[in-house]
Amino acid sequence: MSGEAVLVAEGLEKSFFGVTVLHGVGLTLRAGEVHGLVGENGAGKSTFMKILAGVYERDAGTVTLGGTEVEFSHPVQAARQGLATVFQEFNLLPERTVAQNVFLGREPKRRGLVDKKAMLAETRALLAELGIDSIEADAPVRTLTVAEQQIVEIVKALSVDARVIQMDEPTAALADHEVELLYTIVRRLQARGVAILYVSHRLKEIFDLCDTITVLKDGALVSSGPADELDTDELVRRMVGRPISAYFPEAEAGTVLGEPRLELRGVGNAYVDGVDLELRAGEIVGVAGLQGSGRTELVEGVFGIAPFTRGEMRLDGETVRLGSARQAVKRGLALITEDRKAQGLALNQSITDNALLVIRSVFSRRTRDTRRELPGVLSSLELASRGLDQEVQYLSGGNQQKVVLAKWLATKPRVVLLDEPTRGIDVGAKVAVYTLMRRLAKEGVAILMISSELPEVIGMSDRIIVMHDGRASAELPARSDEATILGAATGTLRVGGEELR
Amino acid sequence: MSTATPTRAPRRSGSRRRLDSSLIVGIALVAVIVIGAILVASVGRNFFSAGNIRDILTGMSVLGFVAIGQTLVILCASLDLSVPYVVSLSSLIAADLMAGNPANIPFAVLVVLVVAALIGLTNGLIVTKLKVNGFIATLGTGLIIKGYLDTNYKGTSGQVPWEFQLIGATGVGPVPVSTLLMLAVALGAAFFLARTRTGNHMFAVGGNEQVARLSGIRTARPLIVAHVLCSVTAALAGLLLASRLGVGSPVVGTQGGYDLLSIAAVVLGGTLLMGGRGSIWGTIGGVAIFAVVDNVMSVMQVNPFLKDVVRGVVIVAAVAVYTSRSLDRRRPRFTAGAEPPAAAEPAAVDAPKGGAA
Repeated sequence: MSGEAVLVAEGLEKSFFGVTVLHGVGLTLRAGEVHGLVGENGAGKSTFMKILAGVYERDAGTVTLGGTEVEFSHPVQAARQGLATVFQEFNLLPERTVAQNVFLGREPKRRGLVDKKAMLAETRALLAELGIDSIEADAPVRTLTVAEQQIVEIVKALSVDARVIQMDEPTAALADHEVELLYTIVRRLQARGVAILYVSHRLKEIFDLCDTITVLKDGALVSSGPADELDTDELVRRMVGRPISAYFPEAEAGTVLGEPRLELRGVGNAYVDGVDLELRAGEIVGVAGLQGSGRTELVEGVFGIAPFTRGEMRLDGETVRLGSARQAVKRGLALITEDRKAQGLALNQSITDNALLVIRSVFSRRTRDTRRELPGVLSSLELASRGLDQEVQYLSGGNQQKVVLAKWLATKPRVVLLDEPTRGIDVGAKVAVYTLMRRLAKEGVAILMISSELPEVIGMSDRIIVMHDGRASAELPARSDEATILGAATGTLRVGGEELR
Repeated sequence: MSTATPTRAPRRSGSRRRLDSSLIVGIALVAVIVIGAILVASVGRNFFSAGNIRDILTGMSVLGFVAIGQTLVILCASLDLSVPYVVSLSSLIAADLMAGNPANIPFAVLVVLVVAALIGLTNGLIVTKLKVNGFIATLGTGLIIKGYLDTNYKGTSGQVPWEFQLIGATGVGPVPVSTLLMLAVALGAAFFLARTRTGNHMFAVGGNEQVARLSGIRTARPLIVAHVLCSVTAALAGLLLASRLGVGSPVVGTQGGYDLLSIAAVVLGGTLLMGGRGSIWGTIGGVAIFAVVDNVMSVMQVNPFLKDVVRGVVIVAAVAVYTSRSLDRRRPRFTAGAEPPAAAEPAAVDAPKGGAA
């Protein structure tokens, strides 16, 4: 094993409102080690990190940082002692510059005033140290891409000279190409002797990066040991207690390709241009591409949120011009948005209210029938809840996504647009989403799925559209390999380059 | 770190957008001046005469003081509705304490500022400790001051000595001293925002309190400071009005409508009503636009009720412009001036196509 133990956690316990979410979990982090922490949603990973970071107080157990026992009551306190956390939600101010964000709350002072020059210089130095030259230290954060914002978060952690950095799903919002950059950064940190606790749902990353893997399940420790003792199948088995074989279900028997449901001919708006697409009944088409390549904007165009200003769009052979989401819903379209908390759910309302949201507002006459069918629909999705009147904010990510799906299933859509349908949800819920997609395809629904996870695109799609710079740069057959997709997505079509691994 | 090789990427279009807010205010101001000058010329008067410039600048100074403070409060995502009452109260305290004797001036000014700071402190504490929304908290304190004024003063009161009246009456060339004072305060406030921690943290607290707190900022402090400074600048406005009127008046603040007008000027200046973004100079631009519009209408002897209609239109139109700009923050890809693609593609790919949605 690499360096000395920097952080030792032993027997951490935590319960919320009488429900124990961590049962005596512990692990050892060594200098220069990338330590993967994996488990399904609700396994206790986030709670564990938050206890270390001082967001939550632990009920029992000990944490030793660099030989001394610590108990933090605030993330800032932890950071000042060398344990920094990059949380899943960005803690950045979009209107302020990169440097102002990095030094927020501890701006360097000279003669009682904020030393802007020092702030900029130090930020530039930190960025240079990570080999980043695309980010301006004095650019407002809102002008950065999601990946660049993620880097700013890491720079923030670095600027306190952290010995331990925890990263909670640092790639959740990144496309594969951008993940490569994060890898480079993680490896640089590792070389500097920083210990990294890395939480991710993407198992490939875990194997690519981590030296040690700790598996949690239902708040308890399953195993903790060297990464090379595990393979993907074994890891998934430990996480969910079932093998990976059913990970991407095959098309259901009796699925037939029917007439074209959705046709796009040279459509464009301010963000995409000249996109041609044919989506047939019973077909699942995957949309790959980098973050910001216009994937989301394409489905927003189809759904009438950012209407197309050029080209032709047909639904079931009929030319349509959709100017609003309401018209789209009436035409049998459904859009499962990328950001379910902000755009998919009314978090403080009940499961029932959320599931009926679209029906009530667009097809109010069908409310009563839908309400009757709802329990059946939700249980077919294997929704785990305390009851249909539970507020959705208390559900896990996977269960929240099931509520979003139920909301759209209720409209009996003929074309379903899915934008990152499995982002930030656990393996079990992912499989439920995949199975549902296959079932819908069998029923003759046409499905367009955007995803940043290439295995998912490859495993589920009958055809793959790759977006690059606002255009559909390639249409690839099912089971294309990752290198080809990535080549089309980066627009370089370079094969064998570093980013293709 | 001297290792940094000069590998600076080309500046993003973002830095250009950064200017936009204040730039728009500037352009709007110029446009208003040009239109105003033409209108004034059409009735045979000279907009740029020394007397008229002086009138406009004089009109700017009182609202300017109030709006500077209001900018700080709004940056912190709060509001101050108590300003007109603080203005009136300040004018009364000043005139009463001075009582026509120049020797009393320093003491009177000091008392006014201390009283105002205490009112601001109260506002700040109510907002941060009792967690009362700034709108309601300052509405409350404003009403309390109003009640005090109404019961104790039936009309103007006190007397301001000639020496103090000079502040409101003299000028350097066409520029009144009061305007210079206001601009000096604006400069101080802008410096405060840019170069002190508390000033920096105002943007953080207003932009996202959660982020501010997680970054270890004591979120109450910037908010309290903003409220204190806001009441103090309102008091400066009250002192200036006392100097102009020669007496204190219990209604001078409310007659000026400084509560809503200052908020309007701040918003007109590109500061987000939700906080977190804005600038002092934008606010000064907003105040100047109001002053020019008012001046043009006075010169043209527009019906006073129509004045308010025009002001109202200006406010709504300005905010509508900002909102339409900030609704969709993504950079459009297929419009003129889009960022060129990083890949080695023919430049024609990004040729302008169609307008923004």
